[in-house]
Amino acid sequence: MSRGLTGRLFKGVLIVSLSIGFLTLAVLLVTVLRDGLPYLDLTLLTSPPSSDPSIAGARPAIIATLYIGVLLLLFVVPIGVFTAIYLEEYADRSRWYNKLLEINIQNLAAVPSIVYGILGLAFLVRGLGLGRVLLAGAMILTLLVLPTVIIAAREAIRSVPDSIRQGGYALGATQWQVVARQVLPAAIPGIATGSILALSRAIGETAPLIMIGAVTYISFDPTILGPFTALPIQIYSFLRLPQAEFKLLAAASIIVLLAILLTLNAFAILIRNRYRRTW
Amino acid sequence: MTTELTLRAPRRRIGEDVVKAVLGLCALISVATTVGIVVALFVPAYEFFREVSVVDFLTGKDWSPLFEPAHFGVLPLIAGTLLVTAIASAVAMPLGLGAAIYLSEYASPRGRGFLKPAFETLAGIPTIVFGYFALTFVTPLLRDLGIQVDIFNTLSAGLVMGVMLMPTVASLSEDAMGAVPRDLRDGAYALGSTKVQVATRVVVPAAVSGIVASFVLAISRAVGETMIVLVAMGQQPTLTFDPRQAAEAMTAFIAATGAGDVPTGSIEYKTIFAVGATLFVLTLVMNVFAIRLVRRYREVYE
Repeated sequence: MSRGLTGRLFKGVLIVSLSIGFLTLAVLLVTVLRDGLPYLDLTLLTSPPSSDPSIAGARPAIIATLYIGVLLLLFVVPIGVFTAIYLEEYADRSRWYNKLLEINIQNLAAVPSIVYGILGLAFLVRGLGLGRVLLAGAMILTLLVLPTVIIAAREAIRSVPDSIRQGGYALGATQWQVVARQVLPAAIPGIATGSILALSRAIGETAPLIMIGAVTYISFDPTILGPFTALPIQIYSFLRLPQAEFKLLAAASIIVLLAILLTLNAFAILIRNRYRRTW
Repeated sequence: MTTELTLRAPRRRIGEDVVKAVLGLCALISVATTVGIVVALFVPAYEFFREVSVVDFLTGKDWSPLFEPAHFGVLPLIAGTLLVTAIASAVAMPLGLGAAIYLSEYASPRGRGFLKPAFETLAGIPTIVFGYFALTFVTPLLRDLGIQVDIFNTLSAGLVMGVMLMPTVASLSEDAMGAVPRDLRDGAYALGSTKVQVATRVVVPAAVSGIVASFVLAISRAVGETMIVLVAMGQQPTLTFDPRQAAEAMTAFIAATGAGDVPTGSIEYKTIFAVGATLFVLTLVMNVFAIRLVRRYREVYE
């Protein structure tokens, strides 16, 4: 075989590999749109689930997902950013406990999500007696995406140049004044992007919420301390029903879920491009 | 930030100490999470193993915890997880590596800047959506192609999971290949190598620890994946290596049992934790291994 032919064959195989990923993504989106679009209407957005597919909707699940999103941001952003500040600005990296902290966060990022569900079931739902409530779901998703936020916030803080900090100290600022008034504001775009991406991961998570007990029939609008279901769980519930129409309702709900995720991701990209600074 | 310390005001400020304590407490939450996971898993798992012998658990071929008489052999669940992981790996590893070589060695910087994030959107699709796709598209497609699969089967779950994991392999492998110094490539070209030879005999071997790390991470994620196997593979713990049949993975068992209303403290409830602990140990070993490998290639080239 000539050299040129081998080269072209090899390149062809590589392009096919990459294309299989893109092709699957395209087929998946087309399938979901084809199945779901006829069922994507106001009924889906404003009605509770029902045993009759023609009037069934996902309203309680959509509202719960929005609640979870807001609670999650309220929990995860401060905890994640404070942890990142501690690790980047305060921690002495040569200490064993700070090294352990870093390894611990790396490992947590790779723990399967269902294991977080077990944690939630054992401690929040049964141990604390919180019950199968929306708050427990938001808390467990917070722990799930916390490592993502910490890692993103650390990178954002690290990219702020040291000259900014030294300038602050030269003017007599304390360490916290430097962090709070110089470093953090400069790191906000990176932190915001990371937080939004973490939020979109949490909103699409199903397995931990199944363990918390979100697979229930909910026909009323959820409250923070009440039983709940969420959009991915609603999709799972629709998929489990035998009638074919519910599969199409699942597809319609997937469109809603993907639309939310797409909006969040577009927002993240926008922030990154709009506020990106090169030092 | 140690060098600046001497520049700060000599007077000790209580507010600064309070801030540091609050920040440290936030950092402790992630440690508490790990401790919580270990306690939540291993205490009930220990109680489980006082009632069921470890040997019966690890070698038993019959898993029927909810029936009388109950059997607690975890092998059918492990076999289900292994089979779906093997299928997913057979898809994700070669295709992900191929995509990585293309992105690193063939794509122009502009092309890579566009293709890599676009490819990673695959990883951003919720797993329940992949489960839906496996159940309602891939399984019927396999039947149309003349492969006699059950409604729930390991094959379609594994194939879809493989595509889902392609970006995991491609991204990390591409990072490792990108870290291989230009000099190595130029040296090989100077000796008369073709582009294929440079890619396969220089860049891939030089990036091998990163590539292996991406493989290990993909396996770990396949083992821990829940929704695709729950929706498309089934909930039937039969010890089979026939990918056309329904089976049950460890994660699917945990989710299906956790969703039900098993009473706290019962042996059924404890099985969740015994299987969960097994899953946790399996994935932890792989993750630690992968993290070490990544650190190694970073040390060598960066």
